[in-house]
Amino acid sequence: MEVDVRAGLEKLAGRLGGAGAKLTEAQRLSGGASMETWAFGFEGQGGPESLILRRRSAPFDEETARSVSLATEAALIQATEANGARVPTVRHVCDEADGLGEAYVMVRVGGETLGKKIVADPKFDAVRPLLARQCGESLVAIHKTAPPPGLKLKAVDGVAELDRYEEVYRATGAERPILELAFQYLRKHVPTPVEPTLLHGDFRNGNIMFDPEKGVVAVLDWELAHIGDPAEDMGWICTNSWRFGRPDRPVGGFGDYADLLAGYASAGGREIELSRVRFWQMLGSLRWGVMCLTMYLSWRDGITKSVERPMIGRRVSETEADLVVLLEEGL
Amino acid sequence: MITHPRTEELAESVRLWIDEIRPTLDPRNAFLARVAANAMATIARELIDGPAAEAAAVAGMAGVLGHDGTYAELNAELCARIRSGDLTVESPGLLAALTTMARDQIAIDQPSYKPEGTPAP
Repeated sequence: MEVDVRAGLEKLAGRLGGAGAKLTEAQRLSGGASMETWAFGFEGQGGPESLILRRRSAPFDEETARSVSLATEAALIQATEANGARVPTVRHVCDEADGLGEAYVMVRVGGETLGKKIVADPKFDAVRPLLARQCGESLVAIHKTAPPPGLKLKAVDGVAELDRYEEVYRATGAERPILELAFQYLRKHVPTPVEPTLLHGDFRNGNIMFDPEKGVVAVLDWELAHIGDPAEDMGWICTNSWRFGRPDRPVGGFGDYADLLAGYASAGGREIELSRVRFWQMLGSLRWGVMCLTMYLSWRDGITKSVERPMIGRRVSETEADLVVLLEEGL
Repeated sequence: MITHPRTEELAESVRLWIDEIRPTLDPRNAFLARVAANAMATIARELIDGPAAEAAAVAGMAGVLGHDGTYAELNAELCARIRSGDLTVESPGLLAALTTMARDQIAIDQPSYKPEGTPAP
C-alpha cells in the first residue's frame, strides 16, 4: 500500500505542534532497504522542532527478518535512555490516526552516521582513537538495561543463531562452499553459554551517530534488538563488512579490539574474552552473507523491486573473502 | 561473438550514461542510479573475467575432490562433503582452493572491497 508520507507529516505537525503548526521541511533521507527515514520540521506552538520519522516501507517477515516492531524499538530506546545509554529521544510513537503505518518520531540530533566518513574523513582524525573505547562503554548501559515487560524479544545463543541462519541458507537453495565450511567450523567452536542480556542486535559502524568532538552521540536503528550473549554486539561491530575499507582497524574500521574490551570493562561490563568476540565476528560475516542472499531472493520472488536487492546479493562474496581468512586464522 | 561492439562495451556505455544523468536525479533515485551503474560495471567485469575465474574454480575443486566435473557438479559435491564433515579446515588444499575462488569472485563483484587481513594503506 502506497502511503503519502508528506501528507502524513503535515497532519503530524498539527498533532505534535498544536493547532496551526506548519510543516517547514520534509525530506526523505537515502539508504535503508526496508526502512524509510524522513527529516522533517515544523513551527509549532512550543517553537520550532527538528525531528526524524522512521517508518517501515516494505513488507517484512518477522521470522526471517528477526525484526521487532517499531513500537518495541521505541520502547527499548526509552528504556535504555533511562538507564544512561546514548540513544535518540523518542518524541512520538505513531498510531492509526497518523496514517503513516508503523512508525515513530525522534528528536533530530547533529552528527555523522556514514561509516566511511567516520573511518576516513580528516574531521574525525582527533576523536577516532577514542571511538572503540566509547563503543565499549556505550554497550554496557544497553546490556545492563532490563527490557520493559511485555515486549516480544527473541532470545538467541550461538547454537540457535547457527541453526537459524543455516535453515535460512538451506531454504535459499544456494550452494556456497565457503558458507558451508563456516557453518561447520563455528558449530565446533561455540563458546560456553553466558547469562543473556538485552542486545542492540545491529551495533555497527553505520548505525551509530558520531560527533567529531564528542564521539558517540547516539546508537540508532534498534530493529534487530534481542536477548543474547553480550559478545554478539561486540563481534558485529568488528565484522569486516562494516569497516569501510580499513580492515586493519577491526572495530568498525576505526579502532582496536583491546580498546573496545577495555571500554566495556571500565564502564562496569563483565569480562569478555577476545575469542568470544571473534566467534561472533565470524558468525557476523556468515550471517551477513546469508542476509545478502535473502535480500536477493526477495527481489527474485517479486516481493521487492529495487535494483538494490540483487546487487546486495552480490555482496555475499565479500563475506566469503573475509570468511576464508578468518577460517585460516582461527578464532 | 560480435566485437563491434563487444557485450561488455554495451554494459560500459550504459554505465557511463547512468553516471551522466545521476546529478539530475532526486537523492533517492541518485542513490539507486549509483547502484544500477555498479550493476553494469559488475556485468562488464564478469563478461571479461568470469570465464577464467570459473576455470580456476573448476581446477581447484577438482584438485580437492580428486576428479573432474562441471562447475555445478563439483560445487555441489564440495558443499555436500563439507556439510557432512568429510572435508574440514584441516583438509589439504581445501582452504587454498576456496581462497582463490573467493578472491576471483570479489574481483568481479566488488574490486574495491578490502577483505579481512588486508594491511593498512
